[in-house]
Order: sequence, then C-alpha cells, then structure tokens
Amino acid sequence: MKTSTSATLVAICLLVIAGLLVAGCTTTTETPEQTTLTVFTAASLTGAFTDIGKAYEAQNENVKVDFVFDGSQTLRTQIEQGANVDIFVSASTKHMKALQDGGFMDNSTVAPFLGNSLALVVPVDNPATINGLADLNRSGVKLVIGTKDVPFGDYTRQMFEKMAADPAYGPAYKDAVMKNVVSEETAVSSVVPKLALGEADAAIVYKSDVSKDDLTKVTRIEIPAQYNVVATYPLGILAESPSKAEAESFIAFVRGPDGSAILTEYGFDPIPA
Amino acid sequence: MLSVHVVRQLRDFVLDVALSARSGETLVLIGENGSGKSTVLNLISGILTPDRGEITLEDRTLFSSEKKVAIPPENRNIGHLFQSYALFPHMTVFENVAFGLRSRKVPKAEIADAVAEQLATMHLSDLADVNVGRLSGGQRQRVGLARALILDPALLLLDEPLAAVDMRAQAPMRSELHDQIRNAGIPCIVVTHNLRDALELGDRLCLIEEGKVVVDGAPEEVLGMRENGFIESFAGE
Amino acid sequence: MLSLFTTVLLVIFLLFITLPVVSLFLRISPEAFFHSLTEPVVLDALSLSFVTATVSTVIVVLFGTPLALVNARRDYTGRELVDTLTDLPIVLPPAVAGLALLMAFGRRGVIGQYLDIFGIHIGFTTTAVILAQVFVASPFYIRQARASFEAVDRLYEDAARTLGASPGAVALRITIPLAWGGLVSGAILSFARALGEFGATIMFAGNFQGRTQTMPLAIYTTMQGDMNAAISLSIILVVISFAVISAVKVVTRRRY
Repeated sequence: MKTSTSATLVAICLLVIAGLLVAGCTTTTETPEQTTLTVFTAASLTGAFTDIGKAYEAQNENVKVDFVFDGSQTLRTQIEQGANVDIFVSASTKHMKALQDGGFMDNSTVAPFLGNSLALVVPVDNPATINGLADLNRSGVKLVIGTKDVPFGDYTRQMFEKMAADPAYGPAYKDAVMKNVVSEETAVSSVVPKLALGEADAAIVYKSDVSKDDLTKVTRIEIPAQYNVVATYPLGILAESPSKAEAESFIAFVRGPDGSAILTEYGFDPIPA
Repeated sequence: MLSVHVVRQLRDFVLDVALSARSGETLVLIGENGSGKSTVLNLISGILTPDRGEITLEDRTLFSSEKKVAIPPENRNIGHLFQSYALFPHMTVFENVAFGLRSRKVPKAEIADAVAEQLATMHLSDLADVNVGRLSGGQRQRVGLARALILDPALLLLDEPLAAVDMRAQAPMRSELHDQIRNAGIPCIVVTHNLRDALELGDRLCLIEEGKVVVDGAPEEVLGMRENGFIESFAGE
Repeated sequence: MLSLFTTVLLVIFLLFITLPVVSLFLRISPEAFFHSLTEPVVLDALSLSFVTATVSTVIVVLFGTPLALVNARRDYTGRELVDTLTDLPIVLPPAVAGLALLMAFGRRGVIGQYLDIFGIHIGFTTTAVILAQVFVASPFYIRQARASFEAVDRLYEDAARTLGASPGAVALRITIPLAWGGLVSGAILSFARALGEFGATIMFAGNFQGRTQTMPLAIYTTMQGDMNAAISLSIILVVISFAVISAVKVVTRRRY
C-alpha cells in the first residue's frame, strides 16, 4: 500500500516535470530572438487592440504582443502590485495620472491618443420605444449604466448632471432617470447581453462598445454633443520596461494610419499625434 | 385470538407460515438464524407486507390480500418489542414510554399519570428523566416493554426479549416477564434462541425451518423430538 | 510522527492558503476597517446578504428536507436521476447557472415571458438574488440531509410506527430529530454558499446597491474605487466563513 502511493506520487511528479519541460521547449524553439511586449489594455479596447496586435505582429515578426484586457482600475492595481508590463493603455486619465504620480510611467511617453463618447443603446425590437434621451425618464423603463467607479459609469453621471443643469431637462429629469436604473455594471461587456436578452430596455455605454456583431441585437442612438462626455484614453510606456524601442514602435503603429483605421472602425475617434 | 397465514418471497426461500394463538396463550418461535422468525413478527406488526395471506386479530382483519385490506402498523394496536429494544436515543425514559400515548393525542395530564403508573409497576420510576443511552440491558428491556404495554395492545410480539440482558439478571427478569404476559391476558408470540425462555414462557412451541412451520406443539412434546437436528442441539444446551 | 517531507509539504501548503487571507488583514488599518463599516455601500451589502441568504436557506430547507427524506427512504424509478439533478448545481459553473436562470426567468425566458404578461419581472430584483442563491446552494443542504437521514436506523422508525405514529409523525418526531446535527450543518453550509454566491447573481440579478448588490458583488464593485470597502467586506466574509466551518464541526461532533 505504502509503496504504491509513493510510486503514484513519483509518477505524478515526473508527469508534471515532463509537462513543464515540454511547455518550456515549445516557447523557446519558436524564434530565438523574439521580444514579447506585455500590453495592459482597458477592456473597452478589447476588439480593436486584438486586431491591431495581429496587424502589428504580421509586420514585425520578431515581436509578440501579449494583451491583458481588464478594467483600467484593475490593471492599475496590478501594475502598482508589481506586474511586469511594457505598455499601459487606460480608459481614463485618472488611473494614468495615479501611475505617473507613483513613478511607474516613463512620463515622456504618456499621451492621450483616443477619444470615446457615450451612446444610448436599446434592443433592436425596442420594447420600451426609446428614441432618445428624452424617453429615459418615463416610469417603468429599465436602464442599465456603469457603476460610479468605472469610467463609462462616471461619464454617464456627468452627462446627466449636464442635462440637469439645462432647463430643457432639469433636475427632476435626472432624478427620474436615476430611479429607472436597475443595474450598475462594472464592465461594458455584460451590458449588451442584458439588452439582447430583453432584460433591460436601454443602456448607456461607450459608442465603441457596440461591435458590428452587436448591431444585429441592439440599436445605437447618438447622444447630442452638448450633453455627451468625451473620454480621453491615454497610453504610455512603463518606466521599468526592458523593451522601450519595441514599445515605441508599437505605439507608433497604433497611432499611425493602420492603427487609426482599425480604431475608427470600432467607433473610436483617434487623436492625431 | 390471533390467526395468521402469511406468504412472502424472501431472498433465499419463500416464507409461508400459518399459526394462531388464543388470548392469554404464549407461542414461542424457535429455529435457526435466518429461518424467518423475526420476519414473521414484522409481517404481523405491519412493518413488512406479505405478498399474500390473511392476518386477523380478535374480530379485526389486519391484512387480507383477498379483501385488499392492509391496516398500517400504527393502527394495528400490536405491542412489538424489538431485539435491541429500539429505544429512541434522543429521548428520556419518560418520553420513550409516553411516545405511543402522544401519538394517540392523549391529553398531557393523562399521559403524565399513565406513564408514572406504568413506570412504577415496572420499577422504573427513578429513571424517568434519564436518557436511555445510560441504561443497562435489563433496564432497557423493561423500558421497551413498558413503552409497548402502556398502550394496552391486543397482541404482544417479543423478539429475543432477554438476549441483551445480563446473564445473572436473566432468571428474575424472565419470571417478571412471564407475569407481565399473563397479566396482559392477550396472545403473545416470543422469538427466542434460549431453551429457558421456551420452557418458562411458552404454552406452545413452533419450530420454523426455511420459512415453514415444521413442528407445532406443547413444549415438552416438541423438545422430545430429538430426531430433529435443531431440537437436538436446542434442548441439549 | 510526520516525516520531514510531509512536514515541508504541509507547511508550504498551509502558507499558500493562509498568506493571502492574512494579507487581507495586513492591507488595512483597524481605523480604516471600522470606518468603512459605516459606508452605506458596505452596510447595504451586509444587510442584503444576510436577508437573502437567510430567506434562501429557509426555502432550501423547506423544499429540500422532504425531498431528501423521500430519496433516503423510498425506492422509486428515477430516484438516481432526481439525485443527479439536485446535485447538478454543485458542479455547474456559476456562469452557467446565471445564464440558465436568465433563460428560464428572464423577461423573454421560458417561464419569464408568461410572468411578464402579469407584470411580474424577476430580473434585477431581490427575488432574483434569492433564486440564484437557492439554485446554487440547495445541493449543499440536500446532500447532507439525505446522508443524515440514511444514517438514521430504520429500526427506530419501525418501532415508532408500531407505537401508533403515522409516517408524518415518524418523520417529525424520530427521523428529523435523530438527523438533526446533520441537517443543521447542511443548512449552515448552504447559508454560507448563498452568502458567497457571485457569478449567477451578477448575471441574473444585476448589480444595484441595496437591491441586488450582495457582499461579493459589492467587493467586486468597490474594488474599482474604494479599495478599503472591498477589503473590509472581504475580511467580514473570511471571518464568517471561518465561523461557519467551526460551527459545522461542532454541530457534527455531537452524535447520539
């Protein structure tokens, strides 16, 4: 009994070691002098940056781009806890600023590169017949927004403040709308399914969050510029990055014609360098 | 008067037993382990259901496959003392003895009186508030018996009533048990492996082999049949 | 005696489990901890979590006890299937549970579309939180209850029947009291699971302070902004979990 258990243990250990060796080999045999860039990217850029990464790798075979997509706050916390990162792409200047203040960023490389604005989305069959912001205060409308701590939720609240200050809507409008909020989401990715399933009647998200595929399920309604809040996305290179040259080359690509085309396609407004 | 004819397919053989007992008469069932003695008691008290047959007690039909009658065990009014007594471990002696009366929705005050009286006649009064886990074998047997007798059953079934009792205490307990059965004045069936039980308690002796009654008669008569292997060893103890 | 090898394995593993938990306590000062206990987001999450987990545990016990008793005592066709179905939520990822609940009770769901006709909307309500908790937590009680009922010697039930107790009375006065310790520990485990439920809730019930934002959802949400609140809530959950496991150990140790 005792010998058989230790034999099993040894066998398991050998298997684990063998697995590690195999895994190690496959990565080292690919291309000997490859650089891996780790890019922490705000979740709202998932689609666009995945495409940009592929396009960039196709042109630069010696560089492999690894993305980590998550909320900007989460990414910032991970960087503060010592994650090894080359580039940080944030959905809000607040988190970039915090990292700059903490000395984590190479300040000369930090720059706003993208604008994103809010849009109203409704299910394609639009059961609550919402045609614009003016319909959101109707009683019974189920509205989904972001929590106050995530950028798209913060901007949504700023937008309602602007509307409350405008006599055309007034504070009563804002109160009625906030009363219709049924859920405060932390990630835009969970908003569209709630609309598509008909659970909610309307949501306010980034314009760019609605992908081409989503447009079969939801309709995007533009928000007038006077109320809209434009989010600025900064990006920059980490002070500790070992591959600054490659990181600069990647940023140049993002801000160049190829990157801008992809970003525009996803509903963003690139800021010219 | 109890009259029983029960048939039931057991794992290894078909149990097919017919027996009867008059009021005040004690029938002792003997036989090898696994011959079906305890099963007969379970079929009579209703814990098991016969495949077919008929059980009547006094003028009540408790079971009849022909008339499609099957009275549930709680309504048969039969006192069944199990081999290990099956005292409820989460209750005191008092609560165990009161259980049947509570099930019959008897008022609380009446229960208290009846239980106190029953405990007194069986010399258990001092133990009323003791948890049954602390009792000796003999005390457990008396609590089990008190729990059954307090309901004035129309029939008493005793499965190895003295097996869990200390050897030295068995003789006095046996004569005590004998008196209690006589006083109850109802038919009684005792399953035992013990020759003394058979001789002292039994008015009649039935030998059961593989689910069939093979011998039925007065104790001396049955025990005289030394040509039967089981009786030979049973009486030769 | 433990061999050196075993001791080393044990220590490494214990450190792996305890270090992250201890780190939670090290990352916040006592003042900050007690201050965040006064934050509305923390208070709302605490009270919502306790109310919903209590209600769902009561529901689980009310429906689960008869079911467990029947499955422990009766042999019927399909019993194995019923057992497998009631166990299913244990192995289902919470995301599957959340999606399944949406498909059933959502506004366009299999059942939800008919409820919608009567103006009943479950999504985004506290009811949805409770449904999600009942769904994921019920197996913890039902499994434990069934095992405890099976451990009760049938002899006691038979004896009670011959003493005049109906099957219902036998269940109430014999089987349930004898299985009590197991039932209580099952209910505690189920309560703890309900308290920790996250995935199915955020998918099915959404996230709204005071209505559907239970402790785990509040941790996830406040992590985006007020890290102290997130850590405080986490510490409370750690303490509760520890208490729950200890309680279960004490309850299950007491046996007749």
